[in-house]
Amino acid sequence: MTRRAILSVVGFVVAAIVIWGVLFVAVPRWSRGGADSAAPDGSTAGTPPAAQRKITATLYYVDDDGLSLVPAQRDVPFGEPVVEQARFIVEAQLAAPAQPLVSAVPAGTTLRALYLSELGDAFVDLSGDITSKHTGGSMDEILTVYAIVNALTVNLPAITRVQILVDGKEVDTLAGHVDLRNPLSKNLTWVTADNPS
Amino acid sequence: MLVALVLAGLTGLPAAQTPQSPAPYTVVSRDGRQPLPARSINGQEMFAIDDLARIFGFTTKDDPIAGGLTITLRGQSILLSPNQEIASVAGRLISLPAPPAREGRAWFVPVDFVARALAPVAGTPIELRKPSRLVLLGDIRMPRVAGRIESLGALARLTLDVAPTTPHAVTQEGNRLILRFEADAIDASLPTSPVPELIAGVRPEGAAAIAVELGPRHASFRSSDLPGDRGGVRIVIEVVAKTTDTPAAPSPTAPAAEAPPLLDLVPAGTLRTVVIDPGHGGADEGARGAGGSVEKSVTLAVARRLKAALEARLGVRTLLTRDGDTALGLDERAAVANNNKADLFISLHANASVRPGAAGAQVFYLSLEELGDEARRAASAPRETLPVFGGGSRDIEVVAWRFAQARHIERSASFARTVEAALRARVTMSARPLQQAPLRALVGANMPAVLIEMGFMSNPQQAAQLGSDEYQNAIVQAVVDGVIQFRDGRGAAPAPVPQVPGR
Repeated sequence: MTRRAILSVVGFVVAAIVIWGVLFVAVPRWSRGGADSAAPDGSTAGTPPAAQRKITATLYYVDDDGLSLVPAQRDVPFGEPVVEQARFIVEAQLAAPAQPLVSAVPAGTTLRALYLSELGDAFVDLSGDITSKHTGGSMDEILTVYAIVNALTVNLPAITRVQILVDGKEVDTLAGHVDLRNPLSKNLTWVTADNPS
Repeated sequence: MLVALVLAGLTGLPAAQTPQSPAPYTVVSRDGRQPLPARSINGQEMFAIDDLARIFGFTTKDDPIAGGLTITLRGQSILLSPNQEIASVAGRLISLPAPPAREGRAWFVPVDFVARALAPVAGTPIELRKPSRLVLLGDIRMPRVAGRIESLGALARLTLDVAPTTPHAVTQEGNRLILRFEADAIDASLPTSPVPELIAGVRPEGAAAIAVELGPRHASFRSSDLPGDRGGVRIVIEVVAKTTDTPAAPSPTAPAAEAPPLLDLVPAGTLRTVVIDPGHGGADEGARGAGGSVEKSVTLAVARRLKAALEARLGVRTLLTRDGDTALGLDERAAVANNNKADLFISLHANASVRPGAAGAQVFYLSLEELGDEARRAASAPRETLPVFGGGSRDIEVVAWRFAQARHIERSASFARTVEAALRARVTMSARPLQQAPLRALVGANMPAVLIEMGFMSNPQQAAQLGSDEYQNAIVQAVVDGVIQFRDGRGAAPAPVPQVPGR
């Protein structure tokens, strides 16, 4: 019986630490990090459950000329901590957009996992469709990679670099062109200056 | 005495006591000329940062934590790190031939720092002329002039090569010919062995003119301009002797252009080996064309044509990374170039887009930013000294494979611009014709390297073009033109550094 009592006390303490951690470490950090461009819709008090809240995020799609990314503002489910928000943003970026937008990421590509390092590097693990269904053009490959890199780094200042993994593994490239061996930083070279739609 | 020597060194007086001190450079600007002392440190000519700060008007700040130096010029920063051959200039990486040196609190940088680091942020043209030990500051017109005198019996010929082409006029003033250039100054290397009877001497006259002293037997002169090498002009002045003394004018005017160029305009514009990389191959078919064609076949077909054209027109050794439908890793492709000590690496590709309308060719070179600090560290990898069979030792340059291209970025950019301009003359370019991207195929190349996207396979019209003799030959012609221009130093002028938003 004493053994069970000790276990329950330990369990209670662990639960308390987890709750304390969420309240005082993760939430403030996320609020700070996301305040610039991805502020939650509601205020902190009396908000609806997190699953129903939305944030506005900038996502990226292929421009008509095939040479640029067009930014678009989209509602994305609110998530916390930041890694959860990052997952929602990537899932929204992978989803097929409404006409006339065209996705920079091959259709069918899914998010397998997303990790965040202490240094602000996000590791985005995507399904093999991103490689097998890719057009194989270097221009498309640049747009695929930087749609994902920019969607995370632009919306979540806490994320400074992004490394794309495929089927859980580090890869050289998606289709033979863009070097994915290192995490990549935000790069708006290929984003049009047009107003987001 | 020692104090006096140190003071002399610090104040930039000619340090005759330091046997290694090379002659100072001269900074030429609209305001006049001033000396810029140079020093030889570890076999490298260097300028003191303090001297440069005085002339170019920048401020410096030591970074006590990183041990680096921050230079601020017109609100832009240049970051120097000790022992690193790479500097950051307004956020972009540039390479230096040697790391900066420090003596106490004084910093020294290789003379190329002026051209590579200061020029991009100075807001005014800066030109470094190492052979004539000049730094041109501002919009200074200062053509290079080099000459020789030949005796051809009854006439003496003065040949002057001038680059770039500069308007000029020849007038006779008594026993002198005055050759005036429309320039602020001239950078002249004049002949010293006259033909006393006809051309007694050639001397500078004022800032931008040359005086030709005529000898006692001169009767008349004629002057002509011939096209010179590489955008220059060749001025030929022939002084004819009095006919009473000579029975006949023995020498017909030989074409002066046969003589070797007097100006060595490009440091060793040699090209020995070019490696062409046909993209993809084997199971990796690359992009698929609208009509069922595949990128790997198009790239191989163009590569074979390009090899034949380069060998025939330039006589240059040309190798293909693959000459068949074989799979090849991206590092293996760069290895073919590195192991054969290629002077240029050209990777050929064809593009594809989810937008079927996408069209046009593109030229890429590597961007370094993505490699970040690691590239900076790696590019300054130390030389390793290995023992050599039979005694002694040899310095081996060790370059991390993934950063090999870092040190060639500027020449790759120049080559890419040149090829882009040559392609533009023959085929349709995309709206983004010249791009910098982290392309895996270029990372390991230890020489100037570009990747050419010849057109979009996903565009039905372009797919048909890419399979045609006509289009493939147009690409080949353009690339050959670009290679020749790059070799001869006639490449496209540097474009302004593109401002990348969001960094």
